[in-house]
Amino acid sequence: MPVMREARPARGAFIDFEPEATSLEIRGFGLRYGDKPALNDLTLRVPRHRVTAFIGPSGCGKSTLLRALNRLHDLNEEVVQQGEIRLEGRDIHAPEVAVAELRRRVGMVFQAPNPFPMSIYDNVAFGLRLQGGLSKRRRDDIVEWALRSAALWDEVKDRLRASAWSLSGGQQQRLVIARTLAVGPEVLLLDEPASALDPISTLKVEELIRNLKASLTLVLVTHNMQQAARVSDYTAFLHNGELVEYAPTDTLFTNPRLARTENYITGRMA
Amino acid sequence: MDITSDIHSQHISRQFNHELEELKTHLMAMGGLVEKQVQDAVRALLDGDSTLAGQVVDNDRAVNDMQIKIDDECTRVLARRQPAASDLRLVLAVIRAASDLERIGDEASKIARNAGELIESNNGTRGFVEVRIISEHVRKMVRDALTAFARFDTELALKVVQEDDQVDSEYQTAMRSLMTFMMEDARAISPVLSIMWILRALERIGDHANNLAEYVVYLVKGLDIRHTDPDDLDQDMLGEG
Repeated sequence: MPVMREARPARGAFIDFEPEATSLEIRGFGLRYGDKPALNDLTLRVPRHRVTAFIGPSGCGKSTLLRALNRLHDLNEEVVQQGEIRLEGRDIHAPEVAVAELRRRVGMVFQAPNPFPMSIYDNVAFGLRLQGGLSKRRRDDIVEWALRSAALWDEVKDRLRASAWSLSGGQQQRLVIARTLAVGPEVLLLDEPASALDPISTLKVEELIRNLKASLTLVLVTHNMQQAARVSDYTAFLHNGELVEYAPTDTLFTNPRLARTENYITGRMA
Repeated sequence: MDITSDIHSQHISRQFNHELEELKTHLMAMGGLVEKQVQDAVRALLDGDSTLAGQVVDNDRAVNDMQIKIDDECTRVLARRQPAASDLRLVLAVIRAASDLERIGDEASKIARNAGELIESNNGTRGFVEVRIISEHVRKMVRDALTAFARFDTELALKVVQEDDQVDSEYQTAMRSLMTFMMEDARAISPVLSIMWILRALERIGDHANNLAEYVVYLVKGLDIRHTDPDDLDQDMLGEG
């Protein structure tokens, strides 16, 4: 059995670029569930207004890392974290940071669309009502803007009062994205956002991701490597809770530097 | 990351392994045929064997068919497997290599046609020495480029790239000496022109062998060294590909 040469020693990630502007900075970040380590000493920067994909086999820690970015592990008492995550230079775990405010700035979209059991309009207006202080007129404008940004407006403008559950799966996912956009986030985290969708709906969500990066930083977790290749600007490959290689997507998918990355993206890993 | 020649047999999908192995096998078969075409075309001239020259011209169709078959296989792999990284580079390198091999086949056929005319006109052996020397050189380049491809051997590929300059200068020297023949004797113009066409075809074969060698570097190292000065290549190759 041939042994492929590693361009660098197996320890330590291979990071092949310097972002021009950083939105999220992860420094020496580790996380374990009780005694079970999930992430080990990750250091990487997520560029602003770009799409960054986290890829890796099941259990590599990519979703765990994504969830840490808006503190979704806070309520899990088993979870022990170390290191730092900085959003625009500020530690997201600092005492003065309110979780609700952090999650407004860093929105999350999950694998299965999860619209609330209410109308399309009320779904999008939900966060705005929680914040309060907006006139109905202003709220209407933001709902329309969010639905347009999520490329859903034309399909739902005549039935804003209909139940969100009357929408197709792909429309529901775009509704959830609109709901997140309505509160004006800077970062959008997407955890397998298209894995429950048919190919056409998947392409619509991917097109949406591409359009949103003009105004947002996007982080995408996916086990669909073609999807990462299609939509992301940068790709980070994680394995066993470690960052292995992080590079511009064009480089990672044509000429990865490490054998472990090559093996994974070309389907050579058992 | 450098890759080795058996990297394409390590996929979880054995069918994918098989498809990529087939691409390489078929490319090597095409390379073998093309090599023989060049050898036979030159031998036909030097031995005055017009039957052999005719066979080379006829065989060109087989070379063309092989290119079409390899292109079809590559298209299928691209469509069905969406290959990435070294797999993607292999498919691209095979498509490009098949195209250069087909062109080498065309040049062999050109040599054979000119050889046929020369044999018929029975006009002596002026320029045969030059043809022999240059043909041996470019045939070695083609052989080495194919070996480098089969073994993913970038060192050998680099040697081929660096040899191309030498062939070019041998070609220039031969052209100058043939020119003097034409000036000395007007009756020699027609046969010497045929020899010039043959030398020109051989020089082009050297260029295609050079291309094949460049694809090997792309395949193994992910580096595109086309349009790079051969003198700068050592430096490039030292860097981790």
